[in-house]
Amino acid sequence: MDLMEYQAKELFAKHGVRTTLGIVATTPEEARAAAEKLGPCVVKAQVKAGGRGKAGGVKLAKTPDEAFEHATNILGMEIKGLTVRRVLVTPATPPVEEYYFSFLLDRANRQYLCIASVEGGVEIEEVARTNPEAVKQIPIDPGTGVDEDKARAIVAEARFPAELTDQAVAMVLALWRVFVDEDATLVEVNPLARLDGDVLEALDGKVTLDDNADFRHEDHAAFEIKEETDPLEAKAQEKDLNYVKLDGEVGIIGNGAGLVMSTLDVVAYAGERHGGVKPANFLDIGGGANAQVMADGLDVILGDEQVKVVFVNVFGGITACDEVANGIKGALEILGDHETKPLVVRLDGNNVAEGRAILQELNHPLVTLVDTMDGAADRAAELAGS
Amino acid sequence: MSIYLNKDSKIIVQGMTGGMGSKHTALMLDAGSTIVGGVNARKAGTTVELGGHELPVFGTVKEAMAETGADVSVVFVPPAFTKDACIEAVDAGIGLLVVITEGVPVQDTAEVWSYLQGKSTRMIGPNCPGIITPEESLAGITPHTIAGKGPIGLVSKSGTLTYQMMYELKDFGFSTAIGIGGDPIVGTTHIDALAAFEADPETKAIVMIGEIGGDAEERAAAYIKEHVTKPVVGYVAGFTAPEGKTMGHAGAIVSGSSGTAAAKKEALEAVGVKVGKTPSETAELMREILSARA
Repeated sequence: MDLMEYQAKELFAKHGVRTTLGIVATTPEEARAAAEKLGPCVVKAQVKAGGRGKAGGVKLAKTPDEAFEHATNILGMEIKGLTVRRVLVTPATPPVEEYYFSFLLDRANRQYLCIASVEGGVEIEEVARTNPEAVKQIPIDPGTGVDEDKARAIVAEARFPAELTDQAVAMVLALWRVFVDEDATLVEVNPLARLDGDVLEALDGKVTLDDNADFRHEDHAAFEIKEETDPLEAKAQEKDLNYVKLDGEVGIIGNGAGLVMSTLDVVAYAGERHGGVKPANFLDIGGGANAQVMADGLDVILGDEQVKVVFVNVFGGITACDEVANGIKGALEILGDHETKPLVVRLDGNNVAEGRAILQELNHPLVTLVDTMDGAADRAAELAGS
Repeated sequence: MSIYLNKDSKIIVQGMTGGMGSKHTALMLDAGSTIVGGVNARKAGTTVELGGHELPVFGTVKEAMAETGADVSVVFVPPAFTKDACIEAVDAGIGLLVVITEGVPVQDTAEVWSYLQGKSTRMIGPNCPGIITPEESLAGITPHTIAGKGPIGLVSKSGTLTYQMMYELKDFGFSTAIGIGGDPIVGTTHIDALAAFEADPETKAIVMIGEIGGDAEERAAAYIKEHVTKPVVGYVAGFTAPEGKTMGHAGAIVSGSSGTAAAKKEALEAVGVKVGKTPSETAELMREILSARA
């Protein structure tokens, strides 16, 4: 789960990273009230996307009225397809210098990595391109982690100014605690600012938490923001379904993330031949395709008004095809009159003959059985495009 | 021949007495695997009957290995206990550690990976279907009824795409099919499997299945160019998957790749790997290669 800036800063504060929390506002009036408390301030869009400044989502306000005006413009703005529903109002503290610092998972080398640059700041990608020497990448062994010696080595290698060494070491150790104690896969401070009076402070923060570790972080559930979730995705989540809403006409149900992703591709290719129809969603019902799971999945997809046809693509492995076919049959019984859109079903794998026989015998007017994945995708796209 | 697993492999199951563990231990026995016991500290000294076999339960991996000569362990324990289970198996000196468990925190996997450096254990997974050498042994959850023995080596991030591809090419059969898992950190990579298949005389051609995310496929492409002489056919899933709302610049800086399906396909094709647009087309490409050789 990606956190918003204000949430990341809460975790920073919890682990002793020097930062200023500011005040979250959801209306221009609240932004004005915040500015009255803070004085000159920055109004910052809170969305889970980078490039907020470039999109006009970060503005300096000298007066409460200006804060009101900026908040009026920023709230409701779209940044990378995300609607801004809250702003963070923080005291205006112009940096003397800007640095970049992060801890992250280095997938390729199966370790952690610290990236630091004193030439950094918000243009770090540009610096990495034009002056890669200035961006230090320091590997960290997950077995030993970061202790004070390692933190000192990082600070020395990144060439933080000598007068900031002790502050930088404390900052690195605190950010490391955020990374390991919270089970993060990314902890990024950009900019890490040198303020007036040689104070080092995290002016912005990005944190990605590992959802797999939720079982040992009950408090992380509070970071989930309900209104950000698509209503169909929320409904799917309640039923424990792995569903992602997309923008298309062919509803998709399959088993296994890889096969479902592949199904989306195959439907999109087929769609090119049928007026450009696209997959409407990703839905992985996992291994046990029983009637209730199938019914829940269909129920969510049929709630998507854009959907014209549903493609059920299941490979019978451990759950054999006859069980899957009975699951579809049972789902149709559970849904009854609620099932109104055509279903194209492709079953393959163990006990495929028995599975297909069950659906043929059912002879449901809305169900079409197609033998191959490519053929079924084509049929589904054709039905959606007509 | 095969890679990593064969008819002589002696398998223990960590988490054999749990729901997943007992179900799949029975299925592994059906597949012809030699399962020599399970590990559960609380049930040490008892036996469990699965698939018509009376299997002993040991208190530790070390004890199980000493008593049975086991050289492979399959892990089904819940995510919260997976790290400890893996470290115990590494300490005991297990040769092959197949971690099926889904949902392991990535920092736990990173620690296990760090821990097993310089030790004698090869880890496969976590979050994977495991490995099957058809008609010899299964260490994992891949249905053994899909395909038999043959000349194709298969390596895949995804479970169901592995099954789909085995099904499409069942008339040819497989030397070994290995699901490496889709987690950010895995013990055995595409490159490891490619190297093993290249060295295995029974494997005549290789199917490699990838997915969006990370840069493992791009790195595999570079490896194929330098080290693989056998024909490789590829498939990448996720062309139409929505762009992840990734935050921060760090990931892109490290991998130097966008991680998209298109980038992966391009990298593979640049080194002469034929990449199918769909699983069926990919199978067809493999079919042409093997038919031309026959």
